[in-house]
Amino acid sequence: MLPSQSAHEPAALDAPANLRELFFAFNRLSLQGFGGVLPVAQRELVERKHWLDKQQFIEMLAVSQVLPGPNVVNLALMFGDRCFGLRGAMTALAGMMLAPLVVVLVLTALYGQYSHHPLVSGALRGMGAVAAGLVISTGLKLFATIRRNPMGRWPALAFAVLTFVLIALLRWPLVWVVLGLGSLAMAVAWYFIGRSEPRQ
Amino acid sequence: MSGAELLGLFGHFLLLSLLAVGGAITTAPDMHRYMVTEQHWLTDAQFTSSIAIAQAAPGPNLLFVAVLGWNTAGPIGAFATTAGILLPSTVLSLWATRWGSQRRETRFVRSFTNGLTPLTLGLLLATGWILAEPYVRVAQYRWGALGLVAITVLVMVRTKVSPMWLVALGALAGVLGLV
Repeated sequence: MLPSQSAHEPAALDAPANLRELFFAFNRLSLQGFGGVLPVAQRELVERKHWLDKQQFIEMLAVSQVLPGPNVVNLALMFGDRCFGLRGAMTALAGMMLAPLVVVLVLTALYGQYSHHPLVSGALRGMGAVAAGLVISTGLKLFATIRRNPMGRWPALAFAVLTFVLIALLRWPLVWVVLGLGSLAMAVAWYFIGRSEPRQ
Repeated sequence: MSGAELLGLFGHFLLLSLLAVGGAITTAPDMHRYMVTEQHWLTDAQFTSSIAIAQAAPGPNLLFVAVLGWNTAGPIGAFATTAGILLPSTVLSLWATRWGSQRRETRFVRSFTNGLTPLTLGLLLATGWILAEPYVRVAQYRWGALGLVAITVLVMVRTKVSPMWLVALGALAGVLGLV
């Protein structure tokens, strides 16, 4: 099944032609993903390949975030499954994991010898700061999806800000934020969706 | 490491997989408790550097799990932890996705996804904050790090440059002592 073409996004989307293209797309985005794959996934899948629109991407991300397991891995599984079923899911997962796994294990072997070198720790610091900026810019770009949320712009914005405060500033455990604030947000969405579409 | 210990390692990561709501990194404190404090397989420093290496390498952050396994028991350890953290969540999320996509126009599924998207946006910004905070807290690195974050955001929002080049820029700035 292809990603559904949402009514609010008339622009036609592309799709991977075969498993090979899917594998190398995820291989490519994963190998570019220093300090996290998410920003690259957004750029490659939404902006470069047009396999998903912004709305579909944030929806997939939202679902992969509440499911247990690594977010980007869930995202790869979901996307692969939508395109080619189970084979697609496994292909996307393999594309995302295999090459980086080899790279990181080689680095592990090398690291022991150079860990205390000031150039190495300086480079790690610089890359860390950029990784932070990448995640922030991904969040900022996806903020456009808030306007289309059925609960309305302001309630949606309030939930986003509250999540930031609870997680980043107060350091609450994620599971409580998702269960507590998440349930409340779902209830609010449920109410507004019901109000905009009178019961049949 | 004995076969029984290896099985224990695998089993522990199977369990953590199901608790890893919001990403594998959220279970790192519990991995630390198990591998360092309880079993003494790794030292504190080994644990921290395992995560740092995975952050610096390309690929999903989840790979720190493979590095932890490798440092505990070599290749077989890396296999045990990686397979353990992936298996349960993969099965569950494939099942849940299929269930949800057949019902994606229902009020329940629409409330679920639309309720959670604002939280996801907040979480992305929170992750950025948490990654930047250790550098910003230290006066010596503060302005360099903030500068790099700002440049990155600007370039990502305004251009289509690959993030890879920005990471290279960050590494260079670090080597030159600007951060």
